[in-house]
Amino acid sequence: MPDINWSQQILNGLFAGSAYALFAVGYTLIFGVLDILNLAHQAIYMLGAFCALVLVTGNVAGLGPLPGGVKLPFWLATILAMLVAGLLGIVLDRIAFAPLRGRPDTHFSGMISSIAMALIFEALATWFFLPQRSQFPLGTIPGGAITIGQGALSYSRLLVIVAALVLVVLLTALLRFTKLGKAIRAVAENPKAARLLGINVEAIYSFSFFLSSALGGAAGIFYGLAISRLDPTMGRTVELKGLAVIILGGMGSVPGAVLGGYLLGLTEVLSVALTNTSNYRDAIAFILLFLILVLRPSGLLGARRVREA
Amino acid sequence: MFGESVRNLMAINALLALSVYLTLACGQLSLANAAFMGIGAYVGTVLTLQAGWPFWAVVLAAVLVPMVVAVIVGLPTLRLRGVFLAIATLGLGEVLRVIIINLGATGGAEGISQIPVKTQGWHLILALLVALYLTWRLRGSRMGYAFEAIREDETVARTLGINTTGYKLIAFVLSAALAGLAGVLKAHLLHAITPGDYGFVQAVDMLTFAVVGGSTIFFGPVLGAVLLTALPEVLRTDFLRDLTNLQAGWQTLMLNGVILLLVILFLPNGLTSLFTRQWRRPTPLASEQAGAEVVT
Repeated sequence: MPDINWSQQILNGLFAGSAYALFAVGYTLIFGVLDILNLAHQAIYMLGAFCALVLVTGNVAGLGPLPGGVKLPFWLATILAMLVAGLLGIVLDRIAFAPLRGRPDTHFSGMISSIAMALIFEALATWFFLPQRSQFPLGTIPGGAITIGQGALSYSRLLVIVAALVLVVLLTALLRFTKLGKAIRAVAENPKAARLLGINVEAIYSFSFFLSSALGGAAGIFYGLAISRLDPTMGRTVELKGLAVIILGGMGSVPGAVLGGYLLGLTEVLSVALTNTSNYRDAIAFILLFLILVLRPSGLLGARRVREA
Repeated sequence: MFGESVRNLMAINALLALSVYLTLACGQLSLANAAFMGIGAYVGTVLTLQAGWPFWAVVLAAVLVPMVVAVIVGLPTLRLRGVFLAIATLGLGEVLRVIIINLGATGGAEGISQIPVKTQGWHLILALLVALYLTWRLRGSRMGYAFEAIREDETVARTLGINTTGYKLIAFVLSAALAGLAGVLKAHLLHAITPGDYGFVQAVDMLTFAVVGGSTIFFGPVLGAVLLTALPEVLRTDFLRDLTNLQAGWQTLMLNGVILLLVILFLPNGLTSLFTRQWRRPTPLASEQAGAEVVT
């Protein structure tokens, strides 16, 4: 067996897993509440990252500098970009999903219309931000690293892990302890009963999209910063991983998405370490997805039976 | 009206659209058709260049291999209902790309060039006619009704004694065969293939053909493929070239997205629903409407 620096591998796995988990909780939230698969989530992830980049650099690559020469510090840009991503999520819902609600084939056509929206978002991003690779300027956050055991973790990667933890805890608290969270869970359980109880179901749908997309945008920002790579197709690889993660964890389950994210991250890193090649890294997600569909289709933490679409 | 190359492309795209139609007709969204097309193209090309097989045997192999892969992927995913096929098939394309890039025989990321041109115009016409005949015969057959029943309501279909998993698998495997056929024919027409030709964009293109044409009647996908293949050519004429500038990349993506979105929102049964009103999918039963989450 090759000489493996285990602390480093585990840190790498935690880093990748945090990014996957943060991306996937947005997926799973929409699936839990509306029973639909939002295939434009990856485009929101990409747009969130670019939005933060624009606010930090004060420049839109394809169009020129922002009016007034605004340049924001990273933390403020992140918050604003998450808000923008959340609003884009509401727009996405109004355009691609709301008109289809009530149609008998709403799940099916919703997937297609969200694919269409993903194409449109990607086209806009290619226009505004140009197709080539962009990155956050050096010094956006301090460049150092912490060491744990024999492993090193740069601040930007540490930020991904911390941000994922904080945001997921906040989301869980919101869902579990607030009245709004209770309303979301009620709508997820049964929209008709929820409406009879006086819950504004459409508003809950919009808010769920806002939450899901803001988290997806955050995943794009932090991961894009950590790997220094932003481009209009950056969402496509993470999309598959996000889907594998929510199936792994159980569709609609937030803790499941987190568990699935870390499992996938660690498995990927382990496979690279053991085989000494990263060539097949991107295929791991599919293999896990396939295994779980064969062995336990409801996912590791999925309590509900397999749902009908 | 159009040049030979455009007509050939129309025929290939029509085959691809029919391949997507087969799964849609059964109520399944498969995003693996581009991957099956890629498998057909690569299997065919490698057999032609490295094994020197005759063309008919190459085509046969390029049809059979995707069918085998479809059985392997389809068995675990199709016994489940809902979105699992879409997810698993989305993944298949990614895995295929990874495998092709890492295998020696496939030429890695650069792909394979200098493939001898073996596909004749009549091959394409013949393939399309056979595919059309089969999908036409499907309608009104026992299997066709089973597909329709599954699309309308899988639970009811199963209650009626229809082997839903079996029929979904048949649709998926047949669709893989057609995609493989289109892939091998296209590879032997255009000299060169690369792994990038069979990714997400190609998958969505094919889906757009089928959805725009209409997926509830067999000639809808062909209509969609022909129209959408012709569209860039029409827009590229002198008059419109300056207005649209379709070469720039993102505009094509945007156009595809907007067309797909508009059709799914306003013409859910595609263009064919405009003039096949009497064959349209019946309005949902009252019970079904009550079961749907109607939100107004």
